[in-house]
Amino acid sequence: MITEILPDRCNSCNACVVVCPDHVLDMAKDGQLPVIARPDQCQTCFLCELYCSEDAIYVAVDVPRSELKNDPLGNIRRDYGWDGHEEDPLKNFWQLGGLLREGVMISSARHALQQSDDKESEKKI
Amino acid sequence: MNEIIADVLVVGGGMAAGWAAISAAKTGARVVLADKGFMGTSGVTAPAGPNHWWVPPEAELRKAAVERRLESAFGLADPVWMERIIDITWQSIPEIAPWYPFSGDGKGGTFRAGLRGPEYLRALRQYATKLGVTILDQHPVLELLARQDGSIGGVAGYDRLNDRPWNARTGAVILATGGCAFRSGLLGSHNNTGDGYLMGVEAGAELSGMEFCISYSISPLWLSTRTLPYTGARYFNAEGQLLSIPGWDKPRDYLCKLADAFRAGPVYADLHEAPAGLPAVVREIQPATVAAFERRGLDMFQDRFEVKLFGEGTIRGIGGLRIVNDVCATSVPGLFAAGDAATREHIAGATSGGGAQNAAWALSSGVLSGTGAAHEAKKRRKTLDRSEKLKPLGGAGLRPSGAVKAVDRKAAIQTAQKETLDLDKALWRNETGLKSSASLLDKAWSEIRTSLHGEKLETVSARETAAMVATARWCNASALVRKESRGMHVREDYPQQNPDYQSRIITGGLDRITPYLEKLRTTEAVS
Repeated sequence: MITEILPDRCNSCNACVVVCPDHVLDMAKDGQLPVIARPDQCQTCFLCELYCSEDAIYVAVDVPRSELKNDPLGNIRRDYGWDGHEEDPLKNFWQLGGLLREGVMISSARHALQQSDDKESEKKI
Repeated sequence: MNEIIADVLVVGGGMAAGWAAISAAKTGARVVLADKGFMGTSGVTAPAGPNHWWVPPEAELRKAAVERRLESAFGLADPVWMERIIDITWQSIPEIAPWYPFSGDGKGGTFRAGLRGPEYLRALRQYATKLGVTILDQHPVLELLARQDGSIGGVAGYDRLNDRPWNARTGAVILATGGCAFRSGLLGSHNNTGDGYLMGVEAGAELSGMEFCISYSISPLWLSTRTLPYTGARYFNAEGQLLSIPGWDKPRDYLCKLADAFRAGPVYADLHEAPAGLPAVVREIQPATVAAFERRGLDMFQDRFEVKLFGEGTIRGIGGLRIVNDVCATSVPGLFAAGDAATREHIAGATSGGGAQNAAWALSSGVLSGTGAAHEAKKRRKTLDRSEKLKPLGGAGLRPSGAVKAVDRKAAIQTAQKETLDLDKALWRNETGLKSSASLLDKAWSEIRTSLHGEKLETVSARETAAMVATARWCNASALVRKESRGMHVREDYPQQNPDYQSRIITGGLDRITPYLEKLRTTEAVS
C-alpha cells in the first residue's frame, strides 16, 4: 500500500494522482503534497512509483521502510529501467517463456518422483 | 454539461481498449478512449508482461498450433477464429516499434512475442495519441445511452478528478472493460469489476460461457504478483512437510491438490528448486514481483513464505459478452466487445487460453472491434451531431427501483466473491451448492437493485458493486444450467462430459436471469 509521499522530493506535479488506476490519491493543492485519500483502494501495483520522476513515493509491503536493511526507495523505477541508467532494459525479457516452462517441468518431474517414491514405500509395507 | 462527440467511444484502457482505439482511428474515425483509471496502468496487463500466441506465417506451423489448441478446447472453440487471431497478432505487434523498446531474442533476432506491461501500455497510448485518439483518464463510464431505435448512441460517466458527471454522443461504443475477479486481490484487477457485462446486459446484450470462471493464481499470502517464479515452487504444510502437488501442466490436479492442502491449514512455498537462470533475470522481467519480497524483508529465493490462491474469475476464465460476428459486435446495434469483456470461447473453448492466447485475443478482438465500430459509426455520422434524445440505460446502483436505503456494499462484494471464488464451491460444483449460492446472490442483487444509490463519486463504487454481484449471478446461473463437466467447469453431480451440452451457455437478464444452451435456442428460466 502507498504509505509515503516524501515532501523533500515531491514537486507536486500530480502525475501519481493521474496515473493511479484505482483513484487512491487526490490532487495536490497550492504546492502541497498529493493526498493519499483512499488507501483502501490501493492494490500495491507500484505503478505510481514507476511514474514518479522524483522517486518521491514509497509503496510499502506491510513493513515500514525504516525497518528494512536496504532502503528500497526508487528501486521500482530503477529495476524497470525508467531512470535512464540502463540502455536496454528488456535485454533478458525473451527468457520469460522458457523460464516459465522450465519451472513447470521441474515441478512436474518432482511430482512424478514423489509418486513413484510413494509407490515404493507402499510396496515395502 | 459539455457533451463529447465521437464516432467511436472505447470504454477501458488496457490492451484490448488500446488496440481497439488504434484500429478505429486508422480508418479516420474520431475516437475517444475513456478509462476508469489511467491508460497505461489500468487493468491486469499493465503490472504484468504478456507473452502472445506467436506463430510465424507458415501454413504448417499455424495449422499445427490451431490443432494442438483445439484438442484442449473441449469442442467449444472455432479454428477459423484461432487462425484469425494468430495472424492479426503477428501483424500488429511490430507496429508499436516506434514506441516500444524491443530487444533481442537471445538468438540474434528481435523478441516480439512477449511485452512488458508498463512499456506495452505506454506504447499503445503513444501510438493511439499519434493517430489522434482523445484519451480521457479517470473517466469511468457508468452507463450506456440508447437512441430511439434501441441502438447505442452514447455513454454517461463520472470524471473522478474533477468530481463531475460527463457524457458523450457517439456512433458506436466498444466495451473493453476487462473481466471480473470480484476484488479477489489479483494483481491489477481492482478496477476489473465487470462493469462492461452489466452495461452490456442492461442494453440487451447477452453473455456467453460465464460458467467458465474457475482459474486461480498462486502468490505470497500478502500480495498477488505475477507467477513466473512459482512454476517450480515446492509446497509445504504448517508442519514443514513437503506436499505432493502436481505440476502446472496438469492445472486441474494442481488446483485440487492445493485446495486439499488449504483445507488442512496454511500452505507455504519456497523457490529453492526454481530454474537456475531465474534469480539473475527476475528483477528485470518482473520488477514488482521482486518488490513484493524485498519490501517485506524476505529473500525470495531462500525464505519460505505463506501462499494463497487468488481468484481470477472471468479474467483468466473464459466467459464474457456474446459476440455475434467476426468484428466482435454484440447483438445490440452499435455495441461491440473486446478483450476479457467478450467471451473467449471462440479461441479457448472450455479451458483457459492461458496468458499467451488471452493476450492474442485481447489484441485481435481490439483490432477487429475497432474496425467494426468505425464502420458502424460512419453510417451514423450524418445524424451524430443532432440532438436526438438519448435514453440512459443504467439501473442498479444508479436508479434504485425502490426507496434509497443504506446498502452494505462490502458485504455484497464479499458474497459475490465467496460464492464464485471459494475453492470448495468452485472446484466441486453441485446442484445444492449452486442453488444455495443463487439464493444468496439473488438476495444481494435484490437489495442493490431496490435500494443502492451513490451520490457524486460514490456512484462509481455503487455501480462497481452492482456489476460484481450481477456478474456472480450470471456465472452461477450458467454453471447450474451446464449439467455436465467440461474443461474448467466441473460438476460433482455430473462428472462426465455429455455430448448434449456441446454448445455454449448463453445468459442475460437482470432481475430474472435466463440462461440457455445456444443450440437449443429455448429459454430455461432458473427458479
